[in-house]
Parts: sequence; structure tokens; C-alpha cells
Amino acid sequence: MTVTLDIQMRRHGFSLNAKLNAPAGVSVIFGPSGSGKTTLLRAVAGLDPVDQGHIAIDHVDMAGVAPHRRAVGYVFQEPRLLPHLTVLGNLKFAQKMGRVVAGQSFDDVTDLLELRTLLQRYPVALSGGEAQRVALGRALLSAPKCLCLDEPLSALDHDLKQRILPYLERLRDQTKIPILYVTHDAAEMARLADHIVLMRAGKSVLSGPASEVLADPAAVPFLGIRAAGTVILGCVEPPDPTTGLAVMSFAGGQLILPELVQPVGHKVRIRISAQDIVLATEMPNNLSALNILQGVISDFHHGQGPGVMVQFRVGETLFLARVTQYSAVKMGLVLGQTVFAIVKASAFDPAGIGS
Amino acid sequence: MSWFSLSTVEFQALTLSLWVAGASVLVSLPIATAVAYVLARCQFWGHSLLNALVHLPLVLPPVVTGYLLLLAFGRHGVFGPVLEILGLQLAFTAAGAALAAAVMAFPLIVRAIRLSIESLDPKLEEAARTLGASPVRLFVFVILPLIFPGILAGAVVGFAKALGEFGATITFVSNIPGETQTIASAIYALLQVPGQEAALGRMIGFSILLSFGALLLSEILARRMVRR
Repeated sequence: MTVTLDIQMRRHGFSLNAKLNAPAGVSVIFGPSGSGKTTLLRAVAGLDPVDQGHIAIDHVDMAGVAPHRRAVGYVFQEPRLLPHLTVLGNLKFAQKMGRVVAGQSFDDVTDLLELRTLLQRYPVALSGGEAQRVALGRALLSAPKCLCLDEPLSALDHDLKQRILPYLERLRDQTKIPILYVTHDAAEMARLADHIVLMRAGKSVLSGPASEVLADPAAVPFLGIRAAGTVILGCVEPPDPTTGLAVMSFAGGQLILPELVQPVGHKVRIRISAQDIVLATEMPNNLSALNILQGVISDFHHGQGPGVMVQFRVGETLFLARVTQYSAVKMGLVLGQTVFAIVKASAFDPAGIGS
Repeated sequence: MSWFSLSTVEFQALTLSLWVAGASVLVSLPIATAVAYVLARCQFWGHSLLNALVHLPLVLPPVVTGYLLLLAFGRHGVFGPVLEILGLQLAFTAAGAALAAAVMAFPLIVRAIRLSIESLDPKLEEAARTLGASPVRLFVFVILPLIFPGILAGAVVGFAKALGEFGATITFVSNIPGETQTIASAIYALLQVPGQEAALGRMIGFSILLSFGALLLSEILARRMVRR
């Protein structure tokens, strides 16, 4: 299943001009507030009318189709549960209203989101995280052909976010439908995204697979210096026998990390920020940092500031490092040059490690 | 005759009042709910006009409303021929008393329901629509249960208003003991004759008791809703 759209709309002086092609998996729509992310999602769900263009869900044109006939599951920033129904009532409501009979089964959804113990409660008796899990389950049970998640974690505090992210990861890995995920949180994007669409001032400016977009120097102005970096998909290896530290392998080598909660053999996904990588032109020795990766420079990006983004390839994986203009000149960095990247094991943000 | 024993006429006034109030509220509620929804949620040309029309019975002298009802539904009124074909007579009948009470209570019922619709969060409706709820199902399964306290409040205030309606009723259906005489018009009739203090006291007592009971019942029901 896919969602494709190419729309223009104008509302209250704001104009949106967006293109999108979202296959199965999570497509993160990323941008600062006011860049049109929510407007885009609302257009997909039919909550706001589109002036021009087309929206197709599963190759069916949705222009002019009423929201209740679109089969777009929507999770808003707030849970929006029906207050007169219990959790069970809310879930059953979605099942009853859903147009398509073949959706995910009630048991699958309640297991996936661990809702069993909440079923008899009314929404007022739920915590923010619980309510948002119910909202997610409710959207899934309406048998959607596409799921729109509009900053579903933005109202939750840091700890709660960390507790809900694994549910979203499981959802991503278990459903076959496209998930459009709006966020302005780079860590969330890095953990969840299969694809990324960058939005700026009502326009979709860049899109592609997450590993390419995040490591694309041209994307840096839109991602911001802090968000730019690499997402590495890998596999948990047995811990290092001498240090006892965790190890993961990826297409291009191995990385040593302070800790991994995932069991050996499990898939793991980590993010390395561009500013956490130090470059050297020779193999450094006698260094406290544990990870030294050998790569070849594949791209540069000069920004307005004093920094340069250097993209380099380690095996099949693209990395991004941020160095100063001064260093780049002094080191004589050029395309095709071999560099050594130094990554401190403590640079890995535990919140950014997902499955 | 003792203080507490009712005469036939008094008993008839009591039961007629209850019937008139109950029937008028039952007939008004669906229409009032629809009108309240339209006023609260729809923007259209003539919105203010409809709003004014609904509220008219509240501000017009009741006797004028009663006279207008006669002009409309009397035997020689605008709808007289239609009513005659249908075999219905409203002027000077109990059904007419219910109509007069319904018209007078209508603005109060609409106001109560409209308030509860306006306090509904439209975000909930959006959520329900994305889940696949058609407009009809949205109304039945989401809006109606959520505004139920408002409908209840409207029903009670309408019931109390209908119970006490006097001006429009007496103008439209007169004051015929055993046929169109409600508690209010019975009290009025009793006041015209000296020496009827016992009967007067009983009717006034019923009037207070019924109104008070209605308020109490609504309070209990509303509290039960909130607790859930």
C-alpha cells in the first residue's frame, strides 16, 4: 500500500505546496512548526479541503472523498478519546465505524499496545501515555489503509516518550500500511523513520530513504546542525570480551557502545550526530575513544556558519561529520580521500537507540 | 369535603396538566434538538432570523402567542382546512393545550440543548470522522450521548414551563373544566370566586410539588451522568 500526493492549498494566508510518496513503513514529515506538516496530514485525512492536486491512497483517488470514507487512521497531538465510552467502548467504536472488515484483530492490537488492563476504564482515569496508546489502538482498529500520526508524543514528557517509542517501533515492524509521522523532534525521526520528507515554509523540500536524507549534506540546513547525522541499522553482537562493552555490527564494520538493551542477534538502530564525530587523515593511536572507522569522503556541504559537513562512506553506510572550515583546509580534505572517524562510545544517546 | 380530597374537576386539571406538559416536551424535544444543532453548528443565510423566530414566544406577550395560534390553527385559521382533512381539532382541545405549551417551552428547550452542543469539543467529532463515522452515526453515537445532560436539562425546564403555561393556553384553548383546564387555569378560575381557599391551596400545593419534583429529578439524573 502507498500514499501519493501532490497538492496545493491556500488557507488564511498560508500556502502549502507538497509532494509525497509514502510506501509501507514510517515516513517522517519533519520541519519546524508552521512549515505545514499538520496541514499536510489533515489534507490526507480529508479534514481540510485541497485546492488543487491529487491525493491517492492505495492508488485510489481521494479528492473530494469525505473523511469517514477515506480509511485514514489519525492520531492527533491530544488523544481525543470519546469521554462517554470506556477504553473498550472507544476501541469497539472504531471497529464498528471502520469501513473495511479485514483490519488488525482486536487481540493483536490490545496485545501490541498492552491495553488489556485498561479496557474497563474511562478516558478521564487514564494517564497521558495510556490515553495516547488507546488513541493509537483505536486508529488501528478502524481498519485504516494509511495511518497519520500528528506529533503523537509531543504532549508527553521525556520518560513517557521513551516508554511509548518501542510501541511505535513494533507497530512499524508489524503493519504493512504507510504511516505518515509528523514531528519536529530529530531523535524521534531518527528512531522511527524509514523515509523522510523535509518541510520548510509550506513546501516539501527534500525526501528519500532515512539513511540517505539524514546523511545528505544538502539536508543539513533543513535538519539543523544538531539533527544532522547518521542512522545506522545493525545487529547486536556478543559483548566485547575484554571491555565488557556492547557491540553492534553494521554494513561497513562494528561499533562499540556503552550499553544495549536489545538481546544478541536482535536488530538495532542507532543515530550518530554529525557533531559527535572527529575526523583524522591518519590512523590515530593511543586514543581514549573506542571507535575508529575508516571511510572515504563522498561529499561536502559548506554552510553559512564556520562549519563544513563532510559526508564519508564506510562500507555501504554513509556518515556525516561536522568540522570547522579551518580544520578542513588545514587537513586538506578532498573528495575521495581516506579519513579516519573517531566516535566516542559515550556519544550514543541512549534515547536515540531503537530497534 | 375535607382539605385533602380532590374533586373530579381538580383531579382532571391535575392529570391534564401532567399530560399537557409531558406531551409538549416529548413533541418539542426532537425538533428542538435539530434546531439547536442547526443554530449551534451551521452558518447560513437567515441564521439570525431563525434564532429570532425561535425566541419569539419568550418575548411576545403570551396572549399574543395564543392569538397567533388561533389564527394559524383555529377552525378558520390558515391551517384550519388542512387540520379538518386530517380530522384534527386543536383549538379548544387538550391537544391544542399541549401545542400552546410546546410553543411556549420551545425556546427554553432549544437554549439548553444549544448550550451543550456549543460546549462540545469539535475535535472529538473530527476524531470520530477519521474513524469512519458517517454524519448520521456521528450524531447518534457521539453527539447525542455527549449532549444528553443538556437535553435532560432542556426537558426539565420545558416541562416546568409547560406546567405553568397560562396566557397562550387560555387564549388558544380557553378554560373548559375537564377538557382544557390545567392547574394554572384552574387556579385562575378559583381566584375569580370567593370562598375557594381550600381548593386553591390544594392546586397551588400541587403546582409547587410538581415543579419542585421535576427540578429534583433532573438534579439526580444529572449527577448520575457526571459520576459516570
